[in-house]
Order: sequence, then C-alpha cells, then structure tokens
Amino acid sequence: MAILEVKNLSKVFDKLEVIRDISFSMEKGESLAIIGSSGSGKTTLLRCLNGLERPNAGTISVNGKIVFDAQRAGKISAREQRLNQLHFGLVFQQFHLFPQYTVLGNVTLASELLAKGREDYKANKRAILEQIQENGREILRSVGLEAKLDAYPHQLSGGQQQRVAIARALALNPDILCFDEPTSALDPELTGEVLNVIRGLASKKTTMVIVTHEMQFARQVADNALFMDNGVVVEYGKAEEVIGHPHEERTRQFLDRYFQQ
Amino acid sequence: MANTSAGVVFNSLFEGFWLNLEIFLVTLLLAIPLGLIIMFGSRSRFWPLKWITRTFVWIIRGTPLMLQLMIIFYGPGLLGLTPMKSRVTATLVAFVINYAAYFSEIYRGGIESINRGQYEAGQVLGMTKPQVFFRVILLQVIKRITPAMGNEFMTLVKDTSLARVISVAEIIMSAERFRNMGKIWPLFTTGLFFLIFNGLLTLLFGYLERKMDYFKA
Repeated sequence: MAILEVKNLSKVFDKLEVIRDISFSMEKGESLAIIGSSGSGKTTLLRCLNGLERPNAGTISVNGKIVFDAQRAGKISAREQRLNQLHFGLVFQQFHLFPQYTVLGNVTLASELLAKGREDYKANKRAILEQIQENGREILRSVGLEAKLDAYPHQLSGGQQQRVAIARALALNPDILCFDEPTSALDPELTGEVLNVIRGLASKKTTMVIVTHEMQFARQVADNALFMDNGVVVEYGKAEEVIGHPHEERTRQFLDRYFQQ
Repeated sequence: MANTSAGVVFNSLFEGFWLNLEIFLVTLLLAIPLGLIIMFGSRSRFWPLKWITRTFVWIIRGTPLMLQLMIIFYGPGLLGLTPMKSRVTATLVAFVINYAAYFSEIYRGGIESINRGQYEAGQVLGMTKPQVFFRVILLQVIKRITPAMGNEFMTLVKDTSLARVISVAEIIMSAERFRNMGKIWPLFTTGLFFLIFNGLLTLLFGYLERKMDYFKA
C-alpha cells in the first residue's frame, strides 16, 4: 500500500490555479524529488501537503487513510486537522527556528507540548520529559550537532541551523518528511553538510518529498522525480530517467537551461 | 504667612509625587492588559469590531490627554449623568484608556513584525494556536517592543502631572502653591523627582534588555 497518495489536488489563489489536478503516490522508504522552475507550483504543493494551504479540490491519503479531503475540509475539527498534520514534517527554506530556544529546545518543544495530551502525563511526567530530551539529543547527534545542544540559533551557521530544523522535524517522527528548497537560503559552501544529512536519511529509507533546485543531488539521492510546470505534473518517473533522460520537451528545456548555468 | 520652610516644601512635594506614582502604577497595571484586548480588537477579522476599535484608537491618540481628563471628569455631569465624584478615579480612567490605546499599537507593531514562518513552523509541528502564541511568538514580541515600552513608561511618569488640570494635587500642583506664595524653587525642584525616577526606569529597562540579550529576534 502506498504511504502517500495524492489525488486530483488543486489550489486556486485569486482565480489563479497555482496547482491543477495533481496526482501521485509514494511507497514507504521512497524519496521523491519535485523539480521545476520558480512559480511552477512546487512549493504550493508542499504547503498543501503540510496543511499550510487548504487545497480547493482533491484528497491526500496516508497509509490508506484519508487525511485531507477538500469536500469535507470545513467539517473536521481543528484538533483532528492538527493531528492529521503530524503525518508530515516540513523543513523550510528559511529554517524558521525558534530564536529564544536552544538547539535542543527547538527539537523538543513540540514533543513536550504534545506529551501534555497523554493520559499518563501527570503520573510519568519526569520520565516522559527525560525520554523526550534523550530522543532530542539522539536526533541531534545523528545530524552531527551533539556539540551544539545548548547553543541558540543565532550562534549557528546557516548550514547548522538547517540541520537543527531537520532534527526538529524528525523529532516528531513523521511518516513523510518534506523539504522546501532546503539549501536555497545557504551560502554555496554550506549546502554540502545539509545535503549530506538528507543523503543519510535517504540511505536510512526515510520517506521524503524534496522540492529542490539541486539537480545532481536529486538525481543521485531521489528514487523518483516529478517535474512540474505551470501547476501541472509534466513528467514523473525514476529520478535517473526524468533528470538524466527526460521524455517530455518541456522537461528537456528546463534541464537544458539549468545545466547551461 | 504660611510656612514655606524647606522641610514643609519637601514634605508637600513627596506627598504630591506619591500621587504621581500611584497614577503611574495603576495605569500600567490596567493599561498593559487592556492594550492587549484593544490590540486583538484592531486585528480582528470581524471587520465591524476592527473598525470600531481602530476609530477608538484614532480618537484617543488623536486628541490631547489633557482634554480627555477634563471630558472624563466633567463630561458625565454635563450630560446629566452621575458626575465623577473622585478626581483621582477620573484621572485613572483617562490615563488607562489613553495608554492602553498607545500600548495596543505598540503590541500590534510587535506582533506584525514577527515572521509568518514562526507561526507556520509551530503549526507544522502540531502546536495549537495558543501554544504558538504563548510559547513561540510572545517572548519575541516582548523583546522587540521593550525599547518602545520603555519610552512609554517614561512619558507616562511625566504625563501623570497633567492630572492637575482637574485639580489632583500631584507634585507640580503642590509646587505651584508655593510659587503662588512667592517661591519658585519648589517648582524647579520637581524636575529632580521626575529625573531620578526616570533614571531608575532607564536602569530597569536596560536590565530587561540585557536579560533578553541571549537570543536574537
């Protein structure tokens, strides 16, 4: 069964159809690169998956369960919507770390707040919080930041900040981790460390959707690739095929322009 | 001839300044939360509430506080309602409303300066709206508005003297009594009271800003 199934997703802003009738599915452990020029709707698609935009049409299912249905979007409770959202994690282009929390605090905050909803929270508060902290340290170790637990975001380089953001998203153990151009806000010499972390996640079979401009990276790391243009899916297939040997004329034009630069 | 020895003058000035401090403290205590409520009104998506609130803020910020004091004190009586009995109460009402209007705009500026990404990051991490506001946004807003609030606090200390227009015997009014008896130095001395108190406020705000220096927002 597909871990993610998107069907006929559309989003309209002020009469402009930013994405139109998007359908695709992903298997567990797969990584999918979404490529395309700016304004093609890639980021909007990602924001729809993560509940930051409400699509006007279509459905999103995770593990066979519908987590979004435009037909009944207004009818589900804020709480249900919020919990459905936790199937997805999102790493932003601009990191958006919480400046007043330490690195570890950024990673554990959401877990601590969610834990308050647990029935055994009062009884086992200390053990639960200790577990969350330990989990946070473990994840930060995995992105190579064990030395920065008590630092504040402004004391870190952009690459380190983005790695904290990845750890923060991983801490909630999402089924599908999404990246919105994770290296676009970084100086070129800092992109490597972030791409390496994502590469590591791919080798651990983390299910990922990666919106990216890094074609070589997408080709190496992603299993599949989806090329979008003007809000529609133009080409979908193995990343190696779509980026290495595109079939569609529009994909070819895009990649030619890209590789000429 | 009334006694105008230095001891008597200072006693009178301290008594007057105590009233200034009372107005200062009560105004802050009430205007800080009221400003928050007004801010929510002026940011409401329900447009009648938004426009009523913004019109109210415009009127309060657009007219002199001195006039507002007089309207609140004399107005009810002129309209045939129960007149304001206590001058101090009238003063507090005017100050609280006036400062709450200013505070609401400072809060609004602070909140609107926070990057939308902070809300979105909280949202995708499954936080509720109140959690995002109290755990993520609020401290950043406080840090950003602290310098502006420091300004308001210092202005408020000095504004408390306007209460003399409805005959509240605050420090300047106390000093003017001595001027009328031919002594000007008490009036000039009041400046020291304001200066020293505002010096303390400056230290306090410097401390607060250093306290929040550990992060950048």
